[in-house]
Amino acid sequence: MADALLKVAGLQAWYGESHILHGVGFEVGRGELVTLLGRNGAGKTTTLKSVMGIVEKRAGSVTFEGRETVGHPSDEIARQGIGYCPEERGIFSSLNVEENLLLPPAVKAGGMSLAEIYQLFPNLWERRRSQGTKLSGGEQQMLAIGRILRTGATLLLLDEPTEGLAPVIVQRIGEIIRQLKGRGFTILLVEQNFHFAATVADRHYVMEDGKVVDMMVSADVQQNIGKLQAYLGV
Amino acid sequence: MAQVALGLVNGAFYAMLSLGLAVIFGMLNVINFTHGAQFMMGAFAAWLLLGMLDVPFWASLVLAPLIVGLFGVIIERLLLKRIYHLDHLYGFLLTFGMALIIEGLFQWKWGSSGAPYPAPITGGTDLGFMIMPTYRLFVVVAALVICLATWYGIERTRLGAYLRAATENPTLVRAFGINVPRLITLTYGLGVALAALAGVLAAPIQQVSALMGTNLVLVVFAVVVIGGMGSIMGSIVTGFGLGLIEGLTKVYYPPASNTVIFVVMALVLLVKPAGLFGQAK
Amino acid sequence: MSGQRILAALAIVLALVAPWVAYPVFLMTALCFALFACAFNLLLGYAGLMSFGHAMFFGMAGYFYGHVVKAWDLPPELGLVAGVLGAAALGLVTGALAIRRQGIYFAMITLAFAQMIYFFCVQAPFTGGEDGLQGIPRKALLGGLIPTKDDRVLYYVVLAIFLFGFVAIYRFIHSPFGQVLKAIRDNEQRALSLGYEADRYKLLAFVLSAALAGLAGATKAMVLQFATLTDVSAAMSGEVVLMALVGGLGTVVGPVVGAFIIVTMQNYLASFGEFVLVIQGAIFVVIVMAFRKGLVGELAEWWRARSASRRRPEPAD
Repeated sequence: MADALLKVAGLQAWYGESHILHGVGFEVGRGELVTLLGRNGAGKTTTLKSVMGIVEKRAGSVTFEGRETVGHPSDEIARQGIGYCPEERGIFSSLNVEENLLLPPAVKAGGMSLAEIYQLFPNLWERRRSQGTKLSGGEQQMLAIGRILRTGATLLLLDEPTEGLAPVIVQRIGEIIRQLKGRGFTILLVEQNFHFAATVADRHYVMEDGKVVDMMVSADVQQNIGKLQAYLGV
Repeated sequence: MAQVALGLVNGAFYAMLSLGLAVIFGMLNVINFTHGAQFMMGAFAAWLLLGMLDVPFWASLVLAPLIVGLFGVIIERLLLKRIYHLDHLYGFLLTFGMALIIEGLFQWKWGSSGAPYPAPITGGTDLGFMIMPTYRLFVVVAALVICLATWYGIERTRLGAYLRAATENPTLVRAFGINVPRLITLTYGLGVALAALAGVLAAPIQQVSALMGTNLVLVVFAVVVIGGMGSIMGSIVTGFGLGLIEGLTKVYYPPASNTVIFVVMALVLLVKPAGLFGQAK
Repeated sequence: MSGQRILAALAIVLALVAPWVAYPVFLMTALCFALFACAFNLLLGYAGLMSFGHAMFFGMAGYFYGHVVKAWDLPPELGLVAGVLGAAALGLVTGALAIRRQGIYFAMITLAFAQMIYFFCVQAPFTGGEDGLQGIPRKALLGGLIPTKDDRVLYYVVLAIFLFGFVAIYRFIHSPFGQVLKAIRDNEQRALSLGYEADRYKLLAFVLSAALAGLAGATKAMVLQFATLTDVSAAMSGEVVLMALVGGLGTVVGPVVGAFIIVTMQNYLASFGEFVLVIQGAIFVVIVMAFRKGLVGELAEWWRARSASRRRPEPAD
């Protein structure tokens, strides 16, 4: 892909002695929404963390906007314009909602304003003075996503945003993600719920045992449901 | 009654020092044993600045914390940051060793007897129930202002939010683009500067001596255990409160005044081990 | 491992002839501190609890010994018993409270309690305040059979006491009790889930450590014939930490080596006055930054690496 925003090649990663990623390779084009699918332990979260630079040891190549990021600390990587929404959401209990929203600094121009974020998530406006962790699971997820929209990041890394949420909230999150794509954000999504993933994404990569083993375009998902189910152990 | 007011003066120092310790511990997970030595360095800096360069007290209030704070930044960059990945006890041991070196050097150069430092404010103020030396009244007020300013800085400003967030989850904060290592260094420097500031304030009250910090910091540890290091306001309240209790003990049962804080600590451990304002860990 | 056996035999021979080679009083002082350091190491190296106030047991036992032998005019054996029991009782009370917190808080609590004891000793009449208890008489042991006024004779008594304490620690570490303690140190949650009452084990280790520190302190009072505030000071607590650290935490022999090194150093550097503190502080810093395993630990590590590389099989080509 010519103008890939994110190019990952031969990515390896370790947690201490454990060798988790064995040469991951994929690309994400500008404006695309790409998912990493796979069962538990496949290495999806580790891949996201490796792109973000918060894994202990990495090797290989991760280029963002043409610039190599492996070997750089995570704050530098964030400043290139990547926003990270972790699986555990990471809402700070010692900060209220608004402080949580304002925490990630603007690293580039073009981020959404606080007002725009409140428009996207009206219930966050209502709860803006509440302690961050007093929110419900769904609200915390929206807060975690909302946080990184202000920074001017062009690539968003979302790790299982629908995990543990009620179907109604999952739908809402799906709408939001589609809106974000509409605004021009590039999104790399990790999901176990491939039905949800199929409703928002352009392409899907399947991971297994720390490697990418398959790629399919959203249009092909229905035809290949059986194959996908086998990969995901469903 | 006079003793109680004077107890507040002690409480002022307990509050300032336990605040600095709590802030440093929150971010670095290190108990800064060097805190007492850095307190002493602040007092010495003021004394030296006066003796060698005729720098008045009010200027020392600003200069001494800057100088000692800078020294703290150097220690953090050179030594402390290399041991964060180890058991916290090593941080305790390292800062203990540093305290020995600093105090040993100061003792070796200037002996252990104290030198006086002239009070910048003389005279007394009539409080109604007693006449309090105006300088000591100033110290209590100044300490309150400093403590509240620190509280405000941490709880109500953007930088403070960075600090609070980084205390909770430094990896994530770094992934948002904030230079967390620099934040940590800054925090240590600020905690040390706070100790030095307390030292400058102490200079006119106590003799400026190499060991003035150790004796104090051992009591402050008990204060910190009593308060629990969970909240800034908690440290402040506990510090002043214990100073008051000490003052009261001096009135009603003087021989126990040295040990009353430790007795309180024992009681708190029995009833609420996490500390009065602490979170169970 | 016959290497270890040879070393042990050498050590015993050395210990037996030592008083003819070096000053007996120096040796005895070193042995007392060695026992003190071993007692401390039992707590830190094997239970994972760093007490920064161990001087309170060491010093108070010395005061108890002095009081029993001088003021009450009782035989030295009773003085030693008083020292041990007194330290153990103190250990029980302070330990029960300190154990309620972990790690660094535990260290601070022990430090604070030790300060409390220090202040108490400054004021209490029976300790003699600033002067301390001086001139504790050397009385013969076993009803007159062992003339302790002879330093060389006393040396063997002290050696016996040290070996008693050392062997006690060794047996404890290698007993089922010690194994549980190690398990608790390594993973308390796991141990708890297996049904062990971690706090009880920790408290027992604490009391044992306190009692042995007390034995060391009482013996020191017996040898040097005085007990002073220095023995209960925070500096003394820091020194025993230094000894264990220098020798090697968690090794059996480390504290002994560390104690001898530090006592020797203090002897030679006595003329330097306060500069000794600077040197001690510098040693702390250097060890924490670079030689965390201590002398014995690093040597053992080096030895192991060397034998491992010797035994590495030739690659099959």
